[in-house]
Amino acid sequence: MTDLLAVVIDGIIYSSWLFIMATGLTLIYGVMKILNIAHGSLYALGAYLSATLVGWWLGGGHDPYGSYAMLALAALFVGLVMGPLLERGLLRLMYGRDEVVLLLITYAVFLILEDVIKLVWGVDSLYVSQPYELLGNFDIGELSYPVYNFVLVGAAIVTGVAIAWTLNATRHGKMLLAVIHDREISGAMGISVDRVYLVTFTAGTLLAAIGGAVTAPTLAVSAGMGVEVIVLSFAVVVIGGLGSLGGAALGALIVGMVRSVAVHYWPAVELFSVYSVMAMVLIARPKGLFSTPEARRI
Amino acid sequence: MNDRTVRVLLGAAAALLAGMPFMPQWLMFLITLALAKGLVVLGLVLLMRTGLVSFGQGLYYCLGAYAAALLDQAAGIHDAAAMLLAALLVPAVVAVILGFLLASYRGIFFAMLSLAFSMIVFGLLIKTTALGSSDGFNVATRSIFGIAIAGGYKGHVFLAATVILSVIAGAALHRYLNSHRGRLAAAIRDNELRVEYLGASVRNIVHLNYVIAAALGGIGGGLTALAVGHIDPDMAYWTTSGEFVFVAVLSGTGNVLAPFFGSVIFEAIRTLANQYAPNIWQMTLGLAMLAIIMFLPNGLWSLFKRRARAA
Repeated sequence: MTDLLAVVIDGIIYSSWLFIMATGLTLIYGVMKILNIAHGSLYALGAYLSATLVGWWLGGGHDPYGSYAMLALAALFVGLVMGPLLERGLLRLMYGRDEVVLLLITYAVFLILEDVIKLVWGVDSLYVSQPYELLGNFDIGELSYPVYNFVLVGAAIVTGVAIAWTLNATRHGKMLLAVIHDREISGAMGISVDRVYLVTFTAGTLLAAIGGAVTAPTLAVSAGMGVEVIVLSFAVVVIGGLGSLGGAALGALIVGMVRSVAVHYWPAVELFSVYSVMAMVLIARPKGLFSTPEARRI
Repeated sequence: MNDRTVRVLLGAAAALLAGMPFMPQWLMFLITLALAKGLVVLGLVLLMRTGLVSFGQGLYYCLGAYAAALLDQAAGIHDAAAMLLAALLVPAVVAVILGFLLASYRGIFFAMLSLAFSMIVFGLLIKTTALGSSDGFNVATRSIFGIAIAGGYKGHVFLAATVILSVIAGAALHRYLNSHRGRLAAAIRDNELRVEYLGASVRNIVHLNYVIAAALGGIGGGLTALAVGHIDPDMAYWTTSGEFVFVAVLSGTGNVLAPFFGSVIFEAIRTLANQYAPNIWQMTLGLAMLAIIMFLPNGLWSLFKRRARAA
């Protein structure tokens, strides 16, 4: 029983993190039709900057609780600088090209950012576990979990609700849905498609950076950390259906649970199981589980 | 034009074979590796001409390498010819099976499903202790067509084998691309529906091209396994596949010579960069890729074409 509980809780924690990563990816794809390989590098960038800022903050002898503000600051900085930089400086020149060409362009960005990270931060791992340990532990039966993990789950839920609310209940969200529905007509109706793209890409980048920032305290921030995250988030959004918010949530839950079950009962098949699920879903439903008609996609 | 491609192919091969006695070991190794990977890219070029980008070609590269290596490891056959045959057949058979599924996928979904398959194999291999897990294992070659290879001449034999196979594959693919069926690839890329109306089966052609690409990927993997003497699961990882896509984009899909040309340039730059600027190697690649996508959408090969037309 305890075993099963541990599997479920681990699965939920992992799913939350996956969801934050995947929403950014699916949002960008839904609006711009770009499958962003650089998402993983932006995640790594968020993690590195967080580690640096938290290290600096704690090194200065400030209140340890301020380190959470540093995590947020790092994510905001990466999102608000890198997002517009990439969209205005590069992607804007490429709109209208084939989806696969756009995929290759983000692959090139990924390669560049990987080296930028190495140049700026070197190849040594960074450790900032204080924010992770600060909140203490929480006991569930015989199991003990760091409270931080539940904060992560909360962050994922808040993110999901906030995006859903923005899309469906605000003027800007509806404008964004209109752009997804028909880019040209939206433009003709006076919606600035350019700005919608800019905002979408920045929001997606911000989500990747948040994913990195919340992860930084839980592991060693090291070179190449983005590489595996990319394909994993691809698996999540492809399972759920590219461009679907609900799909990202379901995909994250499926991948999180599958991985958790594999890790607990049969560690040898961990990677294998995740990608098998991805392949099976693609075979059964080529466009993912939540593949509704174009118009309904976020 | 037809004949010229084959002539250039034969001429380059003859020059390489004739120059072999004068080459240092490292150069032979570099060319062998570049041409072996060029074969994989050749397969990708065929797919790209059909309008498909596989982000999982590392799967066949890896399968070919493991097939060749397992013949040595498990079956005790150390003959290069037999190992290469295995490297050709195993991926081809797997591609025939997977092709039934993949032939109906296009665009990003084709890329993603092929990525998923390669990651499945990666996930399996990395946890299979019998096959050395993430370390892989060594490959020993002792003979070719039953003739023992003297210790100091392995590099020569592998280079010769790679050159000869590259010529055969290049010439055959060139013929195929100019055949009726081969020309349908471009038609499928442009407008699938019209091809169907013309009475050709899009599915069959995509399937066939997929199998050819896989076989080429397998041979490339097999040759790499022989030349390097070691294999590991990273050959199936998505970054390996990404590198092949990169070289294909760099080379362009205009001619069967392009992938070999692009691959040699790529390996040469990589060797130089590893020596002099290991920290900005990936960045250089990324910037080069962006520049090519922006300014040379048809790859490096279009440079030659433009010059030919001007002359």
